[in-house]
Amino acid sequence: MFGLNPKDARLLIIVAIMVVAAPVLLNPFPEGSNLAQFNAGYPDLMQRFVIFGIFAIGFNILFGLTGYLSFGHAAFLGIGSYAAIWMMKLLTMNIIPGIIVSVIVAGVFSLAVGWISLRRSGIYFSILTLAFAQMCYSLAYSVLTPITGGETGLQPKVNDPRILDAATNDGVVPKTNLFGLEMTSSTEIVMGGWVFTLNAGYYVAALVMLISFYISIRIFRSPFGVMLRAVKSNQQRMNYTGLNPKPYTLAAFVISGMYAGLAGGLMVAMDTQAGADRMFWTASGEVVLMTILGGVGTLIGPVLGAGAIKYMENILSKINKDILHQWFALLPDGLEDVIVALIYPFVGKGWHLTLGLLFMLVVIFLPGGLVEGGQRIAALFKRKRKPEDARSGKSTEPAE
Amino acid sequence: MEAIILQVLNGLDKGSAYALIALGLTLIFGTLGVVNFAHGALFMIGAFCAVTLSRILTLSHTIIDETRTDFLGNPLKVDVPYVYGWFGESAGAAIIDWAVPLSILFAIPVMITLGVVMERGLIKHFYKRPHADQILVTFGLAIVLQEVIKYFYGANPIPTPAPDAFRGSFDFGAMLGFDPNIIIYPYWRIIYFVFAAIIIGGVFAFLQFTTFGMVVRAGMADRETVQLLGINIDRRFTLMFGLAAAVAGLAGVMYTPINSPNYHMGMDFLVLSFVVVVVGGMGSLPGAVLAGFVLGILESFASMREVLEVLPGINQIIIYLVAIIILLTRPRGLMGRKGVMED
Amino acid sequence: MSKTTLTRRGVLSRGAVAGAGLAVPTIFTGSSVAGFTNEPTGGAVTLGFNVPQTGPYADEGADELRAFELAVEHLNGGGDGGMMSTFSSNALEGTGILGKKVEYVTGDTQTKSDAARASARSMIEKDGAVMISGGSSSGVAVAVQALCQEAGVIFMAGLTHSNDTTGKDKKANGFRHFFNSYMSGAALAPILGANYGNDRKAYHLTADYNWGYTTEEAVRTSTEAIGWETVAAVKTPLTQTDFSSYIAPVLQSGADVLVLNHYGGNMVNSLTNAVQFGLRDKIVNGKQFEIVVPLYSRLMAKGAGANVKGIFGSTNWHWSLTDAGSQAFVKSFGTKYGFPPSQAAHTCYVQTLLYADAVARAGSFNPCAVAEALEGFEFDGMGNGPTLYRAEDHQCFKDVLVVKGKENPTSEFDLLEIVEVTPAAQVTYDASIFGGDLGSCNPGA
Repeated sequence: MFGLNPKDARLLIIVAIMVVAAPVLLNPFPEGSNLAQFNAGYPDLMQRFVIFGIFAIGFNILFGLTGYLSFGHAAFLGIGSYAAIWMMKLLTMNIIPGIIVSVIVAGVFSLAVGWISLRRSGIYFSILTLAFAQMCYSLAYSVLTPITGGETGLQPKVNDPRILDAATNDGVVPKTNLFGLEMTSSTEIVMGGWVFTLNAGYYVAALVMLISFYISIRIFRSPFGVMLRAVKSNQQRMNYTGLNPKPYTLAAFVISGMYAGLAGGLMVAMDTQAGADRMFWTASGEVVLMTILGGVGTLIGPVLGAGAIKYMENILSKINKDILHQWFALLPDGLEDVIVALIYPFVGKGWHLTLGLLFMLVVIFLPGGLVEGGQRIAALFKRKRKPEDARSGKSTEPAE
Repeated sequence: MEAIILQVLNGLDKGSAYALIALGLTLIFGTLGVVNFAHGALFMIGAFCAVTLSRILTLSHTIIDETRTDFLGNPLKVDVPYVYGWFGESAGAAIIDWAVPLSILFAIPVMITLGVVMERGLIKHFYKRPHADQILVTFGLAIVLQEVIKYFYGANPIPTPAPDAFRGSFDFGAMLGFDPNIIIYPYWRIIYFVFAAIIIGGVFAFLQFTTFGMVVRAGMADRETVQLLGINIDRRFTLMFGLAAAVAGLAGVMYTPINSPNYHMGMDFLVLSFVVVVVGGMGSLPGAVLAGFVLGILESFASMREVLEVLPGINQIIIYLVAIIILLTRPRGLMGRKGVMED
Repeated sequence: MSKTTLTRRGVLSRGAVAGAGLAVPTIFTGSSVAGFTNEPTGGAVTLGFNVPQTGPYADEGADELRAFELAVEHLNGGGDGGMMSTFSSNALEGTGILGKKVEYVTGDTQTKSDAARASARSMIEKDGAVMISGGSSSGVAVAVQALCQEAGVIFMAGLTHSNDTTGKDKKANGFRHFFNSYMSGAALAPILGANYGNDRKAYHLTADYNWGYTTEEAVRTSTEAIGWETVAAVKTPLTQTDFSSYIAPVLQSGADVLVLNHYGGNMVNSLTNAVQFGLRDKIVNGKQFEIVVPLYSRLMAKGAGANVKGIFGSTNWHWSLTDAGSQAFVKSFGTKYGFPPSQAAHTCYVQTLLYADAVARAGSFNPCAVAEALEGFEFDGMGNGPTLYRAEDHQCFKDVLVVKGKENPTSEFDLLEIVEVTPAAQVTYDASIFGGDLGSCNPGA
C-alpha cells in the first residue's frame, strides 16, 4: 500500500490512527478530576507534539541514517520561522505561502551550511554546525534586530501591509488561516465528564506530519536510504566502490534542513511568533535529545522522543505545591507533607531535574531509546503468552 | 598601543580560564576517549566549593540586638559567625576574608573524589558506547548536578569576593613608562593567570616527568599493549579523571571572585570550551592550552570599540568564525595528533 | 457540540454542573451571550501566573510567585489583607472577585519567548485562565502580550522595563504597572547632575538587544540634556559573562562615568568586573570616577555583593518606602515569608489587585470591560503615590525611585537606600513618541 511494505504500511496506519485520535487519547482523565492535570489533549501541546515530531523526523534522516551529528539544526527551524512570519506580515495570513517559503529558505541555508560543514565529519562536523547556529542566534538577537525583532521577536501587527488580504480596519490582527479555516478554531465534544477539543490547526499540522512521516519511510526504504546507511557504516568502502558519499550526505543534510524549516513555518502558522530563542544551541541539543531518547535510526522513535520531552516541559512544569497538596489531601497531614516534600523537587520548578534523570536512565538502561523499551515490553508479553499457550493448547499432549 | 597591550592582557586572562577547562576536557578525552559534557558542571561545582566553604566559615549563631530593628520593626537578629568566638574577632574575620584561597585546599579532595566516583560509577560503562550516548548521559548528569546545586543555593549569583589584600588593580602602564591609570589590571586577575600557568605547568610536568605520567601517556598511545605489560591502566585512568575534575574545580574556585558563581555558569562555558578543544585539536594537551589563549586574545580584540565600529556584531561571533576557519583549513586543529578523531 | 475560537474548559471544570446533562445547555447559552474567552461561570475564577521557574531568573520568578499567592490569599479574604486596606478603590471586599473564589495555575516561562507562550497557551486552553500575569523580561512580556491579545484575555505584565512593551509593541489587552527605560533616564539625570556635576563624560556599555538599546537611548538623551557628553557606547553580547575586555579600555577613553545598561546576570558581572578594575578609586579629569546602573534589581544586586556600594540607579519600588501601602505590603509579605519583597514581587502583587479591582468595578470579567475600567484609572495607596493607568498606551505613571547602593547595610536585604522619589510628572512623556498601535480590545470567542 502506498508503495510501502506491509509492515511499514501497518506502522503508518497505526500512527495515522493515533494522530487522528490524539485529542481523545491524550485526554484520558475527566475534567475537574485531580488527574486532569496530566491531560495533554489541548491544542497548543498537541500542535507542538506534531511540529517537533516533524523536526525530529527530519533530524533522524540525517543523524539516524548517516550518523552525522548536527548540533545546529535549530538554526534552520528559526530561519524557517522568520521566513514564514515575514510572508504573513507582507503577503497574507494564509499559511500556505509562509510554509512553502520557510521550507525553501531553510533548504537554501542548509545547502550553504551543509556544503561547508560536510567537508569534515565526526565531532568536527558537530562543532562546525554548532558554530553556524550560534552565529545565527547571536546575530539575530543583536545586530539583525531590524529584520528579526531581536529580543522581542516578530509578531504580526495591525498595520502590516498583508497585500494579498482584504484590508481590516477594526484594529484586530487577522488570524492565521488555510483559505479561511482559522488555525485557532476548535470544536469541543463533551461526553460526560470528558471534554475533547478538535482543533483545526492541530489537524492541519498533523496532516503535514503524516505526509512527512510517509516521505521519511520512503527515504528509509529507498536505494538512497541504503546509500546513506552505507555512509554511516563505512565511508571508505563506499569510496573504494567508486561512489562519492558527499552528494548523498549533502542531500540528506538539506532534506533534514527543509524538515526543520517546515517545522519552523508550521510553528509560526499555529502560534504567530518568531524569536531568536529557538535558535540557541540548547534548542539544537533538544532535538538531538528527542531523537536519542526516542530511538536513533528508528522510524517512530524521534516522534516519541519529541512527545516525551514536550510533555514534560509543559505538564510537569505546571505542577506546583498547591496541586500536590490537593492530590494527597486525603492522607494524614504528616504523611501528606512528607510525600509532597519528596515529590516537589522533581516537578514544577524542578522539572529539569526529572528531565536530566530521565536522559541518564534511558541512556544507561535503554540505549535504543523508548522504542527499545517498547520492544522489550512487547517481548516480555510474547514470552509470557507462549508458555500460557503451551499450557492451554498442548495440555493434552503427553509429557516427555 | 596602550589599547593593544590591554587587550593582550585581557586575552591572556580570559584564555587562562578557557585553557584550564579545555585542558581537563582534553585529559579526559585523550585518556578515556570520552566526550564529557558534564565538564562545565565540574567547573561550576568547583566554584560552589568556594561558596560552600565560605558558608561553613560563616556558620553563625544568632544574637538579638535590642537597639536596632529589622524591616518588620522586630528587634534585629544579628548573626555572629562561630569562628569569631573561636579565634577572636579579627582573626576570625581574616579567615573569612581568605575563604576563596582556602577553598583550594577544600576543593582538591572534593573534586578528586567526585571525579573518581563519576568515572567508576558512570563513565566506565560508556567507554565502548558511541560518542552520542556519552554526550547524552553526561549532558543528563550535567543537568542533574546543576539542578541539585540550584536546589540548595538558588538561581541567583552568590558574591564570593577575593581577600581584601587583592582588591584593586595594578598599574602596568606606570611600570612600562606610560601615563598612570591607562594600563591597569586587577590583582586577582593577574593571580588567576599565574595560577593557571602553574596548574598547566604542573599537569604537563606530572605527565612528562613522573613514572605515573609516563604510564598514562603510554596508555593514551596504546592502551592494549600497556595492559599486556601487566599494568593496571584502568586505575590510572580513573585517577586521571579525578585529576581532570580537580583541574576544572580549581579553575572554578579561583574564578569565583572574578564573576559571582551561579548554577548555570558551567553551561555558559561548556560550548566555548568544546570549541577550544576542537580548535586546539582533539586529544592534544598543548593544543588545548594554545587554543584557549588564542581564542581569548582574539575575543578581546573583537570587543574593542574601534573594531566594533568597522564590523558591528563581530564580538558576538568571533569565536565561532575562527573555529570555522581553522577547522576548514587545518583538518586536525592547531596541534592535533595524526590519527586521533581525524576525518 | 459548539464552535468557538478558544476552549471554555475552565467553565466546565468548575462545574458542579458539568456532569448533569440538563444543566449543560444552560452553560453554553450563558457564555455565548456574553461571548468572551474563558468566561468563568462556576463559583471560581482562574488566573494564570507565568513566571520564570528555571534559568537565570528563577529566583526572581519565585519571588513573583510568592507575591501572586499572597495577592490571591488577600483577594479571597485570607491573611491581613495587605494593600487592600490602603488601596484607594474600595471595590474589593475580600470575597474573591465578583463573589467568585480566586484560583490560580502556574507555569514556567524559562525566560524564553517560545516556552512562555506555550505555557500561557496551556493556561488559556487547558486551565481556562481569564488573565495572565508575570514574567521577568521584555522579550517574554511582548511575546505573551501579543498572545493574550490574540486569544482574548487580559495580560498584566510583570517585570518588564523596555519601552517597547507599552511603546511600539503595545496591545489593547496588555497593561503594565512597572516603569520603563525612559522613566529611568528622566528620573536619574537630575540626580546624577546634582551629585556628579553637569560636565561629565560618560562611557556606555549596553546589552546588545532591544531593552539595552532603549535604556541606553533614554539615559543618553536625558544626561546629554543636562550637559553630559557621551564619549562612547559599546554593545556587549547577551551571553557575555566576563566583561573585562569591555571595561579595560574605559579609562583610556577619557571618560569619568561608566553607565552599565545591563540587567540581571549581565549587570552583576559587569558591575563586579568594573569595581575589580578599581575604576571607582581613580581620579579622571580631576573628578572621582563613577559608575551608574540605570535599572537596579535588589534581588540581583545581591549577587554583586559589596560592589553596589555608592552606585546610583533607579528602581520601581523598594521595601524601605514608608507610605502606608508599602508598609502594609511589606508587613504581610514579611510575616508570611520571613524576608522583604522585591520590586518584581511588588509589581506582580499590585497588578493582580488592580486586575481584580477593575473586574469588580466593571462588574464583568469581559476583557473589554476590564480594559475600559483600567484605562485612565487613577488610584493611590499601592506604594508609588498617586498613579494613573494611561488610556493611550496602558502604561502606569507614578513616582520613580532613584536609589544608591548602601554603604553600611544592616542585613542582606538592606542593599539600597532611596535617594529621591521622582514625582510622576517629571517622568511623564507623550504617548505617541514610541509609535506602535494599541489596536482594539479583543474579547476572544
